[in-house]
Amino acid sequence: MEASLRAQRTAALLIFAFLSLLAVSSSAAQEIQILNAERRIDLSSQIAIVFLTLKVENTGKAAASEVLLSFPPTEADHLAEVKAQAASGKKRKKTHVPLDVKPTDVPDAPKGAKCFRIALLNPLSPGETSTIEVLYMLTHSMEPFPAEISQSEPQLVYYRDSAYILSPYRIKQQTTFIKTPSTNVLSFSRVEPTNRAGMELKYGPYEDRPAYSFSPVLVHFENNNPFAVVEELVREVEISHWGNLQITEHYTLAHGGAKLKGVFSRVDYQSRPGASGVSSFKNLLARLPARVHSVYYRDEIGNISSSRLRTDSRKSELEIEPRYPLFGGWKSTFVIGYGLPLEDFLFESTDGKRYLNFTFGCPLSGTVVDKLTVKVVLPEGSKDPSAVVPFPVEQHMETKYSYLDVVGRPVLVLEKKNVVPEHNTLFQVYYSFNPVFMLAEPLMLVSTVFFLFAACVAYLHIDVSIRKR
Amino acid sequence: MASPESAVNGPTMTAGAASKSLRNAFGGVIAFIILVLIGVLAFSIRLFSVIKYESVIHEFDPYFNYRVTQFLSKNGIYDFWNWFDDRTWYPLGRVIGGTVYPGLTLTAGTIWKVVNSLNIPLSVETVCVFTAPIFSAFASWAAYLLTKEVKGPGAGLTAAALLAMVPSYISRSVAGSYDNEAVAIFALVFTFYLYIKTLNTGSLFYATLNALAYFYMVCSWGGYTFIINLIPMHVLLCIVTGRYSSRLYIAYAPLVVLGTLLASLVPVVGFNAVLTSEHFASFLVFIIIHVVALAYYIKGILSPKMFKVAVTLVVSVGLAVCCAVIAILIAVVASSPTKGWSGRSLTLLDPTYASKYIPIIASVSEHQPPTWPSYFMDINVLAFLVPAGIIACFMPLTDSSSFVILYIVTSVYFSGVMVRLMLVLAPAACILSGIALSEAFNVLTRSIKNRKKEKENVEKKPTPSKTEKRLLVLPLEASVIAVLLLVLLGAFYVVFSVQVHCVWAAAEAYSAPSIVLTSHSNDGGLHVFDDFREAYSWLSHNTDVDDKVASWWDYGYQTTAMANRTVLVDNNTWNNTHIATVGTAMSSPEKQAWEIFHSLDVKYVLVVFGGVVGYPSDDINKFLWMVRIGGGVFPHIKEPDYLRDGQYRIDAQATPTMLNCLMYKLSYFRSDFIPIHKTDGKGFDRVRRTEIGKKHFKLTHFEEVFTTHHWMVRIYKLKPQRNRIRGKTKKSKSSRSVSSKRDVRGKRNPWH
Repeated sequence: MEASLRAQRTAALLIFAFLSLLAVSSSAAQEIQILNAERRIDLSSQIAIVFLTLKVENTGKAAASEVLLSFPPTEADHLAEVKAQAASGKKRKKTHVPLDVKPTDVPDAPKGAKCFRIALLNPLSPGETSTIEVLYMLTHSMEPFPAEISQSEPQLVYYRDSAYILSPYRIKQQTTFIKTPSTNVLSFSRVEPTNRAGMELKYGPYEDRPAYSFSPVLVHFENNNPFAVVEELVREVEISHWGNLQITEHYTLAHGGAKLKGVFSRVDYQSRPGASGVSSFKNLLARLPARVHSVYYRDEIGNISSSRLRTDSRKSELEIEPRYPLFGGWKSTFVIGYGLPLEDFLFESTDGKRYLNFTFGCPLSGTVVDKLTVKVVLPEGSKDPSAVVPFPVEQHMETKYSYLDVVGRPVLVLEKKNVVPEHNTLFQVYYSFNPVFMLAEPLMLVSTVFFLFAACVAYLHIDVSIRKR
Repeated sequence: MASPESAVNGPTMTAGAASKSLRNAFGGVIAFIILVLIGVLAFSIRLFSVIKYESVIHEFDPYFNYRVTQFLSKNGIYDFWNWFDDRTWYPLGRVIGGTVYPGLTLTAGTIWKVVNSLNIPLSVETVCVFTAPIFSAFASWAAYLLTKEVKGPGAGLTAAALLAMVPSYISRSVAGSYDNEAVAIFALVFTFYLYIKTLNTGSLFYATLNALAYFYMVCSWGGYTFIINLIPMHVLLCIVTGRYSSRLYIAYAPLVVLGTLLASLVPVVGFNAVLTSEHFASFLVFIIIHVVALAYYIKGILSPKMFKVAVTLVVSVGLAVCCAVIAILIAVVASSPTKGWSGRSLTLLDPTYASKYIPIIASVSEHQPPTWPSYFMDINVLAFLVPAGIIACFMPLTDSSSFVILYIVTSVYFSGVMVRLMLVLAPAACILSGIALSEAFNVLTRSIKNRKKEKENVEKKPTPSKTEKRLLVLPLEASVIAVLLLVLLGAFYVVFSVQVHCVWAAAEAYSAPSIVLTSHSNDGGLHVFDDFREAYSWLSHNTDVDDKVASWWDYGYQTTAMANRTVLVDNNTWNNTHIATVGTAMSSPEKQAWEIFHSLDVKYVLVVFGGVVGYPSDDINKFLWMVRIGGGVFPHIKEPDYLRDGQYRIDAQATPTMLNCLMYKLSYFRSDFIPIHKTDGKGFDRVRRTEIGKKHFKLTHFEEVFTTHHWMVRIYKLKPQRNRIRGKTKKSKSSRSVSSKRDVRGKRNPWH
């Protein structure tokens, strides 16, 4: 009885919330228009990096506090990161203020489109204009075609997008620039006016397009940049209050580009490095924090000897070579581990809690991580762990048993899909810890040795024979 | 015998005796500390491989053991016993649980389990790598116990120290060399210790322990037959020399009964423990010792006259029965083709057997007879100390010292047959050298000891034995000291040089894991050749899980363990025909080879080629064995076809059969295009130091899919069959030829 009542109440609440949301968003959609939009798409690596500059005007009567962005369904799945910032001031003295971006639902959007809500710093009063800069990244958005190439062929890819920016607002004027990694562009769709100059394609300017205009375009071009995809990365960060931070990273690396067809010839690969296997890659660079020590690089069958570590006072660079050069479709797994001094990363907050301040993303430069798991192993006896991450992640807790553990160490697991180098930002894990627990393990060792000796002494002094001597 | 000190000191507690007991107590503590240090030495001298290279499993067989241990730790003991491995010997498979000596695997698996239940997160690999060094420390402690039983604690400590660093044993037990011998030598020495202990004490408790130690040895290594033949030999020796005692009976009879029962529990031994000829000696001696025991018993209860009558009666009846039994035995044994002996045992008894009949045993380098330098390399000056030790064992000759003499004599013979059995010789040599050194020191320091005693007991009357001993020693004190110093110096020189040699052997000669090769470049840098793991890693990540990989059997264990791919043949070599099939394919022309491999579902062929970097133990150098083994089963492969005037060559003078065989083609395919060979001339083979005979050829039935950085491993894929085109005239002809070929092979291949 009571349960059904509660259900009713929640349902009513939900409907109310939904309706109010609808009202807000539809009203916002009506009363804003974009005066000028400029989009620059950079396709020179495996990640499509898009800079979008919007000049927004409030044409309505009420003040607008947010602006909506929308993405077509093909891009929605590949969207790794959306960032927005407000630009104010003139060219030289431009100041940038980051804005909050949240996913949202817009009822009158086309099916499958994904929308984001940008919260403005100051509500836009009627008639006022503002400039918003948006940066977003798309992974796996370049499709190799042909899907299989031989060792001597370059890698060609398709990139699909729309000539018009998909937007819930009317756009008065818009231009799109697409930058390709080389001048070798085999074909591109034309939506007049379309121009090509060197490595740049220009779509537009287009005047006065209604909301949700869409015109698919296809660009076919050569991209020999390494398509290094980390299919899965597990980073384990283990805190030891005795002064060490131990990081272990398990990689599953794949070449996400066009698959190698048929023969791999070592002769051609070694004798003509420029002409053979241009899309393959054989080394990667990992940027590690400064003061890194005890670095190892191995896989399940032992050490991989081809790596080089350069350290200076500000950063460390580990150059690694997988066991074999990676061609399209080839995979490899390996582990990188290193230690760091704890004082660089663990601090005490004002309320007496401790917190770890560490980078989240993958240290390998220029890679896309499909699934990233960060495990923060806290010392035994830590309580109330909580993570502060600047973007949405999935969280859960685990327990790990390691040296001399009795109750196990709490492990905070953070999971995120589709991670790009832009996610290499700091995150914090707060936890409370009683310093007495630090003594538990040494005391255990000492008492074990003590009891061992006590047992020896007792054994030597007790006559256990039945017969009297 | 158990506690002589207490027996001496207990009743008469005079001042001198008190100080002596104190000295004994200190001696005990010092001996204990020395033993701990010896253990540390034995462990740490074997870590060169980890420090110089890495913590990795070595060579070939250890990879199999590692894989089995992984299976055991993942799936548990019951699945392990029932494990049918379908990843090897395709399509036959192998019953691992029933064909493997489980001792090593179970030991490492248990260590891993205990360590992990204590929340120490060690990987299975780490445990496997360090099992051998741990057990070599145990082995040196066992050597201490054994030698102590024979000649006292001084000799024991010397023997333990020597065994801790004898190169022959180091070669088989460096960290990472995870092989049966790693634990088996400990088990062997410990079993011998318990046997001697039982012999000295006559305690049934030690006899039971002895049977258990023997059981552990049977679990660990096929070399257990050495124990079960050596101990009966010793018992027989004792009986023949009139040293029969009830202690001997207790030491032997329970071992045979319990030991045989326990041994037959091990699946790989099973009924072999009573059926094969390797065990007959023990049963024969078992009967003899009972007859002798009965004779002694009857002799005890009968008067001498009656006994004589009984003897004549029993001997006449007994002889007749014995003759009958022996006749039956011989008939049974002779009816089996190998006379009840396994191939390796026969090789031991007749060193020429393998090279005559079983090329697969002869093809393994560790089954070759050793050379003199290898004796010096492996046991060094111990070889010269052993005779002295034998002499020391003869004064006085006891049951236990006669056993040690028997042990050294037999193991010297066995080590002379197979270089691998040098390992059995090593503990014996260490024990005897320990005895020799300890006795020498004993003799030389006697004068010092006696002088001290003389000062202490001035009033006490000198016992006659002491004066005798003093007379044996030199009369002039100055010369005593001089000689003493000289000999001490000499002894230290010996010990020191041995140590230097051992450390050198451990660090330089025996630490290379053989899957990673290193070379020093001209500027002093280290160049690493990690091609094997590169290839295995490529296979494991870029081929389908169920693909079959064909290679020569040397690389079978590594392929299954590191690449996790199914192989046709591996280092277990249990099926000669299957190996011969692979050998035949390798020595056939491309088309026939493709047909053989295709009929076995092979997808990839792996060859090892050292011609680019000069790696001598590659497949081309092993190729003649492939031809021999293949030709042994399939007679159309003839060794002379591959030799030009009896010479094995791959240059322009080589025979056409050689230049067209699969191994040649897969090894040298496109190797003549390598740019680094510009200075040498095109197609120069650095191992054979010649220009190759056939260049610029194409492959028709195989395609190269991977070659490692230094060209050491090359992997080829079988090209798919051509589509059949309807209405072509060739069709009927080709199908006929294929079917006829299958008929021919049907006669040869047992599973077609």
